[in-house]
Amino acid sequence: MSRPERKPVRLVPVPSTNKIPERDIGQSPILECRHLGIDFGGLTAVNDLNMAIGRTEIAGLIGPNGAGKTTVFNLLTKVYQPTRGSILLDGHETSKMTTAQVNRTGIARTFQNIRLFDNLSVEDNVKLGLHNHIRYGMFEGIFRLPRFWSQEKLAHESALELLHIFGMEDMANVKAGSLPYGAQRRLEIVRALATNPSLLLLDEPAAGMNPSETSELMDNIVKIRNTFHIAILLIEHDMNLVMGICEGICVLNFGQVIAKGTPDEIKSNPVVIEAYLGKGKKGGK
Amino acid sequence: MTFLSYLINGLSLGSIYAIIALGYTMVYGIAKMLNFAHGDVIMVGAYICFYAVSAYQLPPPVGILLAMVVCTVLGMVIERLAYKPLRQATSLAVLITAIGVSYFLQNSALLLWSSTTKIFPNFFVIPRGAETSTGFSLFDGQLNISYVTVVTVLACLVIMLALTWFTGNTRMGKAMRACSEDKGAAQLMGINVDTTISVTFAIGSALAAIAGVLLCSAYPTLSPTTGSMPGIKAFTAAVFGGIGSIPGALLGGLLLGVIEILAGAYIGTQLQNAVVFAVLIVVLLVKPAGLLGRQIREKV
Amino acid sequence: MNAIKNLNKTTRNNFLTYGAVVLAYAVVQLLMGSLSSSLKGMLVPICAYVVMALSLNLTVGVLGELSLGHAGFMSVGAFSGVTAAMALQELIPFAPLRLTVSMLIGAVFAGIAGFLIGIPVLRLNGDYLAIVTLAFGEIIKSIINNLYLGLDGKGLHFSLLTDRTALDEDGLLIIGGPMGIGGIQRLSTFTAGFVLVMLSLFIIFNLVNSRTGRAIMAVRDNSIAAESIGINITKYKLIAFVTSAALAGAAGTLFAMNYTTIVANKFDFNASILILVFVVLGGLGNMFGSIVAAAALTILPEALREFDDYRMLVYAIVLILVMLATNNPAIQGFFARLRGARKGAAEQ
Repeated sequence: MSRPERKPVRLVPVPSTNKIPERDIGQSPILECRHLGIDFGGLTAVNDLNMAIGRTEIAGLIGPNGAGKTTVFNLLTKVYQPTRGSILLDGHETSKMTTAQVNRTGIARTFQNIRLFDNLSVEDNVKLGLHNHIRYGMFEGIFRLPRFWSQEKLAHESALELLHIFGMEDMANVKAGSLPYGAQRRLEIVRALATNPSLLLLDEPAAGMNPSETSELMDNIVKIRNTFHIAILLIEHDMNLVMGICEGICVLNFGQVIAKGTPDEIKSNPVVIEAYLGKGKKGGK
Repeated sequence: MTFLSYLINGLSLGSIYAIIALGYTMVYGIAKMLNFAHGDVIMVGAYICFYAVSAYQLPPPVGILLAMVVCTVLGMVIERLAYKPLRQATSLAVLITAIGVSYFLQNSALLLWSSTTKIFPNFFVIPRGAETSTGFSLFDGQLNISYVTVVTVLACLVIMLALTWFTGNTRMGKAMRACSEDKGAAQLMGINVDTTISVTFAIGSALAAIAGVLLCSAYPTLSPTTGSMPGIKAFTAAVFGGIGSIPGALLGGLLLGVIEILAGAYIGTQLQNAVVFAVLIVVLLVKPAGLLGRQIREKV
Repeated sequence: MNAIKNLNKTTRNNFLTYGAVVLAYAVVQLLMGSLSSSLKGMLVPICAYVVMALSLNLTVGVLGELSLGHAGFMSVGAFSGVTAAMALQELIPFAPLRLTVSMLIGAVFAGIAGFLIGIPVLRLNGDYLAIVTLAFGEIIKSIINNLYLGLDGKGLHFSLLTDRTALDEDGLLIIGGPMGIGGIQRLSTFTAGFVLVMLSLFIIFNLVNSRTGRAIMAVRDNSIAAESIGINITKYKLIAFVTSAALAGAAGTLFAMNYTTIVANKFDFNASILILVFVVLGGLGNMFGSIVAAAALTILPEALREFDDYRMLVYAIVLILVMLATNNPAIQGFFARLRGARKGAAEQ
């Protein structure tokens, strides 16, 4: 599948508080949240979230359970509608977009509890990621016109190529629902990548993996960034992974950003340590 | 005054729908299945009562009790034989089985009691000398209310209060609520899920018997298909009020009854059903889980 | 032989289904002389029910939404198609062409009904969607039951509830409210039914195995994930629903043109349920199964004629037992092993 060249985007002013990797500084950030917030009934789940992500940054979103990390993902992909604030994706305001439109504008995601099309084959799952890049209409499909054959051939090749990156091309004809757990997680990432995103959101990609699988995953994430030149934002509890590959980290607690910075800054930030471990007696264990 | 009399008729019909809807709603709440055979249990109840009273000369209260007992047993047997083996099956498989049970009951009734329409006797009369009175008049005879109407509305209220008390305060009632929330968790807490579902069917079917007698007293024709249309309407009422909710069944039933009678009076009986269903659609579009139902959002 | 082996499994199954239908048609044509007249009379209804089952399978099996009002679309197709056939009597004297045009018109009207109903309905989920389709089915029945439609020199006239069409002397009342349509020319033939079945299979198979069909199945399997990869779920739900309705409309026209009179009450809740039974017994998403179930269950009550009064009771019992058996883990396991053994043998 030919990946269409992206049009140059309007530059947006970058607030000075944002830290993005130096190589991305000349360009506008791929994602910017300004004063983002959502209330569920009376409960404020996320409040005043400001965040910018560089075009090729690997960023982490961490925080204790229930801090509102997945809610942020749901806000970014418009599964939830924000109560306050704005999201700029590649310079485009997303407030009027649906989840599907946000994806077409550039965000793809995976889910904490894997969501594959269980009854379809691995290849079809990837082809569904390519859905908006396959160009033929319903009637061309029903009457098997030439465009159907040429586009389906292309889709088949692209799908296998993407699967090859993760070493999954042998499983192309297996039902997605019957894959082992690790392969399902990888397939979800491949499917998201197939939509040709400029920002990939990974929700706990290492959940349930053993250390060797995790280190393979870390390599893969870096490989994705280097191959496709996209930004990645991930939620993760595994600190080795987060500190190992993330360039910028945002720490969330009770829906508020409590710290932002590089891994080294976050590691030594007393507010973060307190949020994770609780307030201990000074000097006590 | 005519409007008032339509309203009262509507409340009476609505009460019957509400009693039937309770059976649907309780079974749906706990077994998460659409029991399409419920309407036919009503018909069986009505037939039992009819034969007990007219063929065996039993007093009406005994006839009603007998109908309740037979329906209770019938409901439990149906659950045990047809639905219990399908507890792990898809909801569609259970739905088709319920339709099979519905055909079975209708055709058994056809064979046992023939397709000829029976005229159901009105029990709710007061002897007054040589004559019997079927109702009373208010406002100088401008408003006639039959005893059936009064009994129906009262029965509905009593049943509703009793059920609310039952589900809120008894061990079995609490077990039912637990099962409807999460069957697996309820089982782990030592609740016997099978018994609970069985009891739910028993209660629903006993109520269906009462509804059958009341329905046939108000609209005194009885045939093997008597139960199907009221069954569908009551199911609609349960959805209307929010399926799974007991107060919802009451509200949905009453509203549906009133709308049906008013639509019949002011728009025409031919389009009565169309109006009822159109109102249901509008309600569901505005409140996708019914009037009193809880909207459950899928967690992403 | 090798060529067949190399095709993928879905394509092979699709071709086997086409082949089975052609074979069934050929066998029936050969035996036509020796068929009883009651069985001959059932050939067109069987084709109509097969198409109904196929089209409902698109909604229930492929899209994954339960519809309890599918007979409503059949009804819309039946009445609009027959009306068209009567109105076009002089314009198109060639009967097969008139039937084709009428079926197309029936399909278009049913498709429009599907679109209008689908927009509100498809926003709902699960059982709520089911009850609303049931409601729409009943509403369609009530409306057609009270519709009067006539044709005279000045064009089409219609009214609701009472006959206020006020036709000219030479006018013809086509739809007469609860009386339905009378004096229909019986244009439907078994061959027409066969062609419609093949056409439905062609549309459904090719739709399912294309970009559009993949998107529809994605919505069925996980709508949240489908949205997250840029699929407009409303659009694909509507495509499936409207296609399904349009096929049902064509089947409705075919069905109605097999009788001299047709009334709206024929297409009630029970008819919708009957079609749903075909789909569930045949297997969700399994088109071959739908064809077999529809044909077998349409013939079954006829075959049970010797049981006379008991036949519908037997039908009910068979239905319950089949559901219990097909959902019994032990029996399912047995068939899974059987398939496994066969596959193993084939590989050796």
